[in-house]
Amino acid sequence: MPKSIRVQIHSDKDIVSARQEGRALALTLGFSHTDSTLIATAISELARNIVTYARRGEIRIRGIANSSRSGIQVIASDSGPGIANVRLALQDGYSTSGSLGLGLPGVKRLVDEFELDSTVGEGTTVKIKKWKS
Amino acid sequence: MEVPVLKQGPFLIATVQAALTDDDLIQLRAAMIERVVTSRSQGVIIDVTAMDVMDSFASRTLREIAQMIRLRGADTVIVGIQPEVAFAMVQLGISLEGVITALDLEEGLAYLQHKQKGVT
Repeated sequence: MPKSIRVQIHSDKDIVSARQEGRALALTLGFSHTDSTLIATAISELARNIVTYARRGEIRIRGIANSSRSGIQVIASDSGPGIANVRLALQDGYSTSGSLGLGLPGVKRLVDEFELDSTVGEGTTVKIKKWKS
Repeated sequence: MEVPVLKQGPFLIATVQAALTDDDLIQLRAAMIERVVTSRSQGVIIDVTAMDVMDSFASRTLREIAQMIRLRGADTVIVGIQPEVAFAMVQLGISLEGVITALDLEEGLAYLQHKQKGVT
């Protein structure tokens, strides 16, 4: 039975809750401690993007499976300003908030699949998947 | 969650007890600078063994703490980064460049003591 979690993201405290719940679920799903930490780190970055750029949003985490493997999926969504230039946002070192700008390309390196869907004025959804090795 | 800071001779030891929020990290930064000034410390150890995740914000704040303390003429050693946390940091592409790191509290203290002897 797929397990799922939904965490509302409003403040920096929610960033910690989201990554801790995500790590716990990853461990329950049978991920190693190392992979669970990678997943928790990715969730932390995605949740922080929500707080920094959109102020509020949510993170949904659930176990996934297909015929050959199982894994975890994290969807971070918000109704914030959206990303004007998605290609630029995925370049290392790019940031509009004066932060490090490593967020999205870094998250992409932590996981196996990464999808970014953003519309200016409507919001941003990032979907990531990590498969059990 | 406030991070307790212990004074040990010329050094300060801050031990992170649990996962830190961004606000906690900002408070830690302010507290460390203040304590280094009031205690006239020559070295600081920040023990991050209990940190679950070292993301871009946490690493940036730790780097800032080390740089500020450096400007006061003191050294900062970050100790106890867990292997899986280190792995995630490398994957994420963040580094603690310019910050001294050591395996644990003992190694961190040994580094500061050695450095102090070297100067005097």
